[in-house]
Amino acid sequence: MMAKIHINFKKGVLDPQGNAVQNALHDLGYKEVQEVCLGKYLEIRLDGVSREEAETRVREMCEKLLANTVIESYRFELSSAN
Amino acid sequence: MKCGVVVFPGSNCDHDIYHILKHIFKLPTEWVWHKETALAQFDLVVLPGGFSYGDYLRAGAIAKFSPIMKAIVAYANNGGRLIGICNGFQILVESGLLPGALMHNPSQKYICKFVNVRVENSDSFFTNQCAANSVLQIPIAHGEGSYYSDPGSLQRMNDNGQVLFRYCGPDGEVDAAHNPNGSAENIAGIMNEAGNVMGMMPHPERCADPALPQLDGQRIFNSMINSF
Repeated sequence: MMAKIHINFKKGVLDPQGNAVQNALHDLGYKEVQEVCLGKYLEIRLDGVSREEAETRVREMCEKLLANTVIESYRFELSSAN
Repeated sequence: MKCGVVVFPGSNCDHDIYHILKHIFKLPTEWVWHKETALAQFDLVVLPGGFSYGDYLRAGAIAKFSPIMKAIVAYANNGGRLIGICNGFQILVESGLLPGALMHNPSQKYICKFVNVRVENSDSFFTNQCAANSVLQIPIAHGEGSYYSDPGSLQRMNDNGQVLFRYCGPDGEVDAAHNPNGSAENIAGIMNEAGNVMGMMPHPERCADPALPQLDGQRIFNSMINSF
């Protein structure tokens, strides 16, 4: 099973890298760009757990280590495909 | 006052603080390797600056699960005196021993220079040898030192006198012009509610050796020694 995890800053938390990328896109002429959020993306391969267990355990991994929930939010999808 | 300096893989200010404690202040000081699981009897434990675990994921995020950290959390919860400088401060907020978070500097630059900080509370274990509202010159050296906390806990920290240092101008002006890294309310250093755990981004160990001209860091070490 594969967990695909996205981590982003919470709303209202300054995202200087996202802002820098947004400015660069504007400089390149992409004036339609309204907002850039630059976060993290992780793929974690899991073995020997049910979907329910995976759901619980990946959430735990996010809370404990992968995201800092003071400033970041996370979401993930589980898929059986590689 | 017996001191322990924790060494993580990637710590690089560990020798500086060890030198200041042991050779300048003549305090019995020992190394504590991060793989150890028990803490000897210490009166002060220091989490030094550096780049523990390469700052991978987030600064301090992986170090908080080093084997020694369980013993350190227990030590701190039991009233043990603990300070974190720079990366040590990042580890303390990641591990929840101090509130808030330390984020990338908005400039996206690593900043290494002397800054002024104003002493906001001169009645703590860590600052009692500083005059009230005095200005200390201490260097910073970090890429991720922008202090963040939600408004509610900022209010609580202010009410409890937990903010120890704010970035300021030479005359103590706390304003945006003298905020090197976009920290909330110019916060440079804080302590926990109980007053036994302190974290700061500036490096007092880099300005405490009389071989160097700037000695303001000594006031912080003298405070701890004085109140021990």
